[in-house]
Amino acid sequence: MRSGEGADVVLRGATVLDPAAGIEGVHDVVIRDGRIAGLEAPGAAEVGGLEEIEACGLHAFPAFFDPHVHLRTPGHEHKEDIETGARSAAAGGFCGILAMANTDPSVSTPADVEALREAAREAACVPVGFLATVSRGMEGEELTEMGAIRDAGAIGFSDDGLPIRSARLLRRALQYQRLCGGTIALHEEDPDLSGDGVMHEGPVSAALGLAGIPSVSESTMIARDAALAGYEEGQIHVQHLSATESVEVVRAAKAAGVRISCEASPHHLCLTDEELRSLDPRRFKMNPPLRAEADRQALIEGLRDGTIECIATDHAPHAAEEKEVPFEQAAMGVTGLETAFAALHTDLVLTGVIELGLLVERLAGGAAPFDLPRPTLAPGSEANVALCDLSAEWTVGEEGYESRSQNSWCAGRKLTGRVLITVAGGQVAYRLRSFSLGVAA
Amino acid sequence: MRHLLGIDDLSREEIEAILDRAESFAEVGRRDIKKVPTLRGRTVVSLFYESSTRTSSSFELAAKRLSADLVSIKSAGSSADKGESLKDTVATLTAYDPAAIVIRHPYAGAAQLVAEWGEAAVVNAGDGKHEHPSQALLDLFTLRRRLDSLEGRRIWIVGDVLHSRVARSNLVAFQAMGAEVTVCGPPALIPRGIEAMGCEVTHSLERLGEADVVYALRMQRERMNESFVPSIREYAAHFQIDSRRLGPRQLLMHPGPVNRGVELSGEAVDSPQSLIAEQVASGLVVRMAILYELLASGGEHPGPAAGDSEQRPTPIGQPA
Repeated sequence: MRSGEGADVVLRGATVLDPAAGIEGVHDVVIRDGRIAGLEAPGAAEVGGLEEIEACGLHAFPAFFDPHVHLRTPGHEHKEDIETGARSAAAGGFCGILAMANTDPSVSTPADVEALREAAREAACVPVGFLATVSRGMEGEELTEMGAIRDAGAIGFSDDGLPIRSARLLRRALQYQRLCGGTIALHEEDPDLSGDGVMHEGPVSAALGLAGIPSVSESTMIARDAALAGYEEGQIHVQHLSATESVEVVRAAKAAGVRISCEASPHHLCLTDEELRSLDPRRFKMNPPLRAEADRQALIEGLRDGTIECIATDHAPHAAEEKEVPFEQAAMGVTGLETAFAALHTDLVLTGVIELGLLVERLAGGAAPFDLPRPTLAPGSEANVALCDLSAEWTVGEEGYESRSQNSWCAGRKLTGRVLITVAGGQVAYRLRSFSLGVAA
Repeated sequence: MRHLLGIDDLSREEIEAILDRAESFAEVGRRDIKKVPTLRGRTVVSLFYESSTRTSSSFELAAKRLSADLVSIKSAGSSADKGESLKDTVATLTAYDPAAIVIRHPYAGAAQLVAEWGEAAVVNAGDGKHEHPSQALLDLFTLRRRLDSLEGRRIWIVGDVLHSRVARSNLVAFQAMGAEVTVCGPPALIPRGIEAMGCEVTHSLERLGEADVVYALRMQRERMNESFVPSIREYAAHFQIDSRRLGPRQLLMHPGPVNRGVELSGEAVDSPQSLIAEQVASGLVVRMAILYELLASGGEHPGPAAGDSEQRPTPIGQPA
C-alpha cells in the first residue's frame, strides 16, 4: 500500500458491529494516527485535532478482506491494474485483498513477487497481498521455488484459473509447504468432467443447448485434494465453492480434522443458473458457474454453520469486447468488489436469510485462512473500518465504476446499503464523493 | 413480431399466423410467376457463419421471391475470417440499412445479440445448439398438412438431442401445438434435466410403436470420437429407425442431411411414411412467411411496406 498519513477521524455516534470481537453498540469511534484509539460513549469523544464525521444512523464495521481478486497485472492492464483494482476494493469497503497469480506472465518467481509488491507500494490505496503460482507458468508440471517466493513476500500459492490436474504435483507442494508455509488456494475442477462446459449442467443448460459443467467436476477434485491435505497434514483453501456436493465434502473434511478452509462468492450466494436464460455473458458467465437454487441454499447453509468461513468476490475484470460476443465465446468472470457488501445486504440480510452480523463476520473472514490478522474494531488495533449507510439506495454502474472494467454481475441493479468511507491499513482509502462530511472540527 | 429468435418467444396464435401465411405462399408457388413485390426496395442480409445448404438457400430464395434486395455473406472469405468481431460486422452491415438480417452462427445467443445491436429485424437461422426456429415452423407446417392438428398427438424425437438445436426448438414447438413429446437416445446424448422442458425421456425404442410421428436427428460421426457412444454400429443397433421399427401408420421426419444407414435406414428414408422431401419444400414457403410477418405485416415494425399490411401477396405483373 502507498505510504500516507494515518487517519485521524472520529465517527460520531456510529452503530458499531464487530461480532468476532464481541463489539455491538452505538459509539464514537476514535481513530488516531491510523489506529482505533477508542470506542466511546456517543458525543463523549474529545475531538481535538480529529476530523469529525457525523455517523449517527450509520454503521461501522471492521473493513472487509477479500482473499480472491484478479488485478490483471502484469499483462492485462487494459482490464485492471493495481491502482484501479485497489480503488475498486476500497469502494467496496475492503481493507485488504489477495491478488491471484494467473497474470501474463504468471507470478512464478521471487522477482515477480518483489516487482508486484513494489508496484503496490506505489499505486495501491489498500494493502494488497500477492499469491504466486504452485506450478511454474501454471503449466502443472514443476513446482515453483516456493521457499524463495515466500521469502520474497508471497502470502501463499495458487494456480487459480486452472486446477492442479496432477495429484502428484499437489502432493509435492503440500510436502514443500512444511518447509516454507503459505496456504495453497485451490481452483477445484476436473477438466475432463468440465470439458467444454460454459455453465452449470442441469435443466437450464439443457434448455439453452449450452454445454454443462457438472457439480461433481468441482466436488470430486475437492475430495481428492482434501484427502491429500489430510495425508500430508497440509493447509489448503478451497476457492469459490459453488455446489451442494462441494459443501458436503468440505464439511466432512473439516470434521475429519483436515486443515481446510473455503470461500463462497457473492454471485453464487445471490444468483442461480436461471439468470443464464438471458444469455448475457457480461453479468452471468463465470467459472465456477452459477448453479441451481439447491446449491445456492447449500452455500448459505455453509455460511451459517461455518463450513464456509469467508466470502470472496473472485473479482475478475474483463474488457467490453471480451464480453460483447455470444455466450460461449465470452471470457469467464465478473467484477464484484464494489458491490459485494451491498448485494449481499440487499439479497440476504434485508430478506431475512442471514443476520447482518454473520455477513460482516464472513466478509472479514478471508484473512485468517492465510494466517493474516482479521480486521477488527477492537481498541488498539490498526484502523480498518467500513462506514456504511444501510438504507442508501443506489443503482450499480450509474455513476461508473472504480474498476477499469464494467462486467459487474450487479450492473443495472438497484441495491440497498452503501459504503461511505473505508479506512484501510490505518489510512482513509475511500470516501463516497457525494457523502457530506458533516461539521469539520 | 419484431424478431424471430426462438420458438419460445412465439404464442400459439403467432405460430398459426405464420403457418397460415405460408399456406398462402404455397398457393402463389403453384402459379407460373412465383414472385411477389412485397419487399421491393428493401434489403435482406443473409449472414452465415456455418455451412448450410437447405436453410441458407431457402431463406435466400424466399427473400428473392418477395422481391427484396439480397446481400449474402458466408463466413469463409468474409471479414469474419480476418478476425472481425460479430459486433463490428453487424455495424458494417447496418450501413446498408437492412430490413432484416438472417443469421446462422455456431454459438448460442448470436442472433439475440444482433437484435440488440441494430435496427433490423433478426431471424435466427440456427445459433449454436440453442434454437432453430424456422426449422421448427417448417416442420409444423409439414405436419399440419398431414395431420390437421397436433393436439394429443405423440411425437418421438430420437437421437443426439444433446447437440441438436432442432431438437430444442421442435420440442417447444410441438408442445406449443398440443403434442406430447418423448425424447429418446443414448443417455450421454440426452441432456441432463431436459425433462424440465415437459417431455418424457427414454433410452429405448421399445415403445416407439406408440408414436404418431418419429422425428429422427442427425448423428454426427465425430461424436463417436468423444465416447458419447462406443461406435456407429452400436448406435445403429439400438437407435436406428428402420422399416422393422417404423410402423405403417407412423410418419417419419428428419431435418437433413440424413446419414443413411446410421440414424435412418435407406428404406425408411424412401418409405411412403417419410416426409423428408416435403420438409424441404415447406422450408421455402415458411421462410417467405417468416420474412413477410416480420417485414410486411404491419403492426410493431412500421416500414416502407407498412401500407401493404392487409394485402394478399400478389404476383408481379398482376394488378395489386
